[in-house]
Amino acid sequence: MKKVTISFIVMLLLTVGLAACGAAAPSGATDTIKIGINAPLTGDIPKVGEGTKYAAEMWLEDIKAAGGLDVGGKKYNVELVIEDNEAKAESATAVTTKLISQDEVLVMVGPQSSKQAVPAGEVANNLKTLMVSPWSTNPNTTLGRPYVFRTPFLDPFQGPVLVNFATKEFGATKAAVLYDVASDYPKGLAEFFKSAWEKLHGEGSVVAFESFTTNDTDFSAQLTKIKDSGAEVLFAPQYYNEVALIVQQARELGYEGPILGSDSWGSAELMNLCGDACKGLFFSTHYAAAGATGATKAFIDRYNEKYGYVPDDVGALTWDTMLLVQKAIQDCGKITGDIAVDRQCVRDAMANIKDFEGITGSMTFTEEGDPIKCAVIVKISDAGEFEFYKQVCPE
Amino acid sequence: MAFFLQNVVNALQAGSFYALIALGYSMVYGVLLLFNFAHGDIFMVGAYVGFFVTTGALLLVSTLGLVALPGWVVLVLVILVAMLITAFVGVAVERIGYRPLRQAPRASAAITGLMIGIILETGNLALLGATRLSFPELIQTTTYTVGGVTLTNKRIMIVGVALLLMFALHQFVQRTKWGMAMRAMAYDFGVVPLMGVPLNSIAALTFALGSGLAAAAGILFSVAYPVLNPYMGITVGWKAFVAAIIGGRGSILGAALAGFLLGFIEIFVAVIFASTYRDLIAFSIILLILIFRPHGFFGEAHTSRLRL
Repeated sequence: MKKVTISFIVMLLLTVGLAACGAAAPSGATDTIKIGINAPLTGDIPKVGEGTKYAAEMWLEDIKAAGGLDVGGKKYNVELVIEDNEAKAESATAVTTKLISQDEVLVMVGPQSSKQAVPAGEVANNLKTLMVSPWSTNPNTTLGRPYVFRTPFLDPFQGPVLVNFATKEFGATKAAVLYDVASDYPKGLAEFFKSAWEKLHGEGSVVAFESFTTNDTDFSAQLTKIKDSGAEVLFAPQYYNEVALIVQQARELGYEGPILGSDSWGSAELMNLCGDACKGLFFSTHYAAAGATGATKAFIDRYNEKYGYVPDDVGALTWDTMLLVQKAIQDCGKITGDIAVDRQCVRDAMANIKDFEGITGSMTFTEEGDPIKCAVIVKISDAGEFEFYKQVCPE
Repeated sequence: MAFFLQNVVNALQAGSFYALIALGYSMVYGVLLLFNFAHGDIFMVGAYVGFFVTTGALLLVSTLGLVALPGWVVLVLVILVAMLITAFVGVAVERIGYRPLRQAPRASAAITGLMIGIILETGNLALLGATRLSFPELIQTTTYTVGGVTLTNKRIMIVGVALLLMFALHQFVQRTKWGMAMRAMAYDFGVVPLMGVPLNSIAALTFALGSGLAAAAGILFSVAYPVLNPYMGITVGWKAFVAAIIGGRGSILGAALAGFLLGFIEIFVAVIFASTYRDLIAFSIILLILIFRPHGFFGEAHTSRLRL
C-alpha cells in the first residue's frame, strides 16, 4: 500500500513538473512556426507518404522564397516536422502524440488514410490541436471532433456517386464488393456503396459482399464466389498495391465485367504494379491530372518537373491542405507564443474559412470540419493516364 | 461442381507455396532440432533475388541485342540461379546466426532467428526503399476453360514446379550419400557426428536446400502475385511454419501434405464462411489436429527417432 502511494506521488510530481516545463518554456519558438506532417513513408502505401512529403516540401519552398510566413505583419520561419507512421494505426497515434506534445507543432497535417486518421484524430482532438487530414474520407475521422478537419470529400458522398455511375454507365443491377475488413477506409466505403446500391436496386442486389484482411495476397476464393454470383460490376475500394493483385486475379479467374474503384486507386504507382490489366477501368477521385487547367496544371507541371512524375491525388490534396493551413494561420492574425492559445486561434480561423479555391475544387467547411466539394470520375486510358471522364457535385 | 473444382485449383496453388516453404522449416528442425524463424524472410529474399536476376537478364538481352529466349526458359533459368544465390544466403544465416549458438539453449537460437528475419526485412527496406516492386511478366497468361473451371498456364506451372521440386528433394534425401547423412543426423543429433559425419557441413547443406526451395517458392509466388514488398514473407512464413508443425516435425512428406491441407482449409473456409473467419477457423482446425496428434501427421516424440 505504502509503495503504491509513494509511486503515485512520484508520478504526480513528475506530471506536474513536466506540465510546468511545458508551460514555462515556449522554447524560444516565438519566431518559428512548426507544422507536423504525419505520413506513411514506409509500410503498405509508401507512395502516398512520398506524395505527401513532396507536396509539403514544395509548399515550404514557396514560404522560404517569400522570406517566411507573414502573420499579422511579422515574418515567421516555418519548420516542417515530418514523421513516418508506417501506415499503421498505432504508429499514427504515437506520432501524433510526439508531434503535439514533444515537438509542439502548431498544426498537424495528416495522417492520410482513414485507418490512421480515425485514431489519430482522437488524440489530436483530446490535445486540442488542429489536425487536417488531406486524404481520409471516412466520416469518423472528423465526427464529433471540433479540432479535426479534412480536405477531401466523404465516403457517404463517394459511395452513391459510384453507385449512380455504375448503374448508368454499365446498366448494372447486380454488384459485388471485395474489401479489406481490417481497414477503416475500405470497410466504410464498402458499406456505403452497399447501402446505396440496395437503396437503388432493392434488397439483395449486392450479390456478393466479400472481405479479406490486410496483407492478404490471394483472393481466389473470394473472386471465385464473386464470379459465380453473376455480378455485373465489381467494386474494390482498395489501395493501389492490392488493386493490382485483385484485378489480375479476377481476370485470371475469368471474371470479365467492369471493376470499379475509389479515390485510393489514384496513385502514381498503380499503373507500375497493375500494368495493362487496369486499363479501361474507372474510379472516383478528387482531381484528374490529364487535361487539368489553371492553378491545377501549374501545380502538376511544377511537381512533375521537380520529382519526375505526375502527382497523384494525395499530392494535390496535401498541397491544398498546406495552403488551407497557411490561410488559417494568417487569418488568426497573431502568434502569441503560448502554444495552447495559438492552437485554439488557428483552429477557429480554420473553421471560418469560406469558399477556399483549391486545386482540387472549392471548399467551405461544415460544422463537422468536412468540405463540401465535387468528385471526379476518372478513366484509366490506354496510355495508362488518369483521364477526366465526368464530374459529380453534391446536390 | 465447376465452382467446387475451381476452388480445388485455387487451393492447390495456395498450398504449393506453403508446402515448399514448410519443407525448409521441417528439414532444419529434423537435422538441428531448431526452428529457423528467419525462413519466411529467406522466402522474401528469394523473391527479390529472382526479381533482380530477371531484370538483369532482360536488360542484358536488350542491351546486347541477343536473341530473346522464350519466357519459360528464362523463368527456369531465373529459378535455378535464384535458388543457388539464396542457398548461399541461407548458408550465411546458418554460419553467422546459428552455428555460434549450437550449444546454447534453444530459446537463444529462436530469438536469433527472429532477429535475422527483422534484419533481412529492414535491411531490404533501407536498401531498396519502401516502394513496391512489380515482378516482370515472363510468360504471357493463357487462360484455359475446362468444364467451367478456369485454369491459367501460370497456375499449372506453379503447381507442377512445386511438385517436381518436392519429388527431387525426396529423391535427394533418400538416394544420395548426403541425404543419408542428413537422415542419420535427424536420427540422432548427438551421436552421429561422433561417427565421422561432419555436423557443420550437413547443417550448411540443410540450410542451403531449405533456402533454395524457399527461393523457388518466392519466385513462383511473385509470378502469381507480382507485387513484392519487404514484409511479404511474414504471414506466408508463419503459415508454412504451422504446416511444418502439423506435418510432423522433420517429415518431408508430412510438411508437403500439410502445406496443401492448409491451402485447402483456407480456401474452403473462405468459400463456405465469410472470409473474415478464414484464419480463425483454419487455425482452430489445426489446433484440433494437434490435440489428437500432438506430433503432427508423421512426427514422433522428441525422445524417439525423427524421420526425414
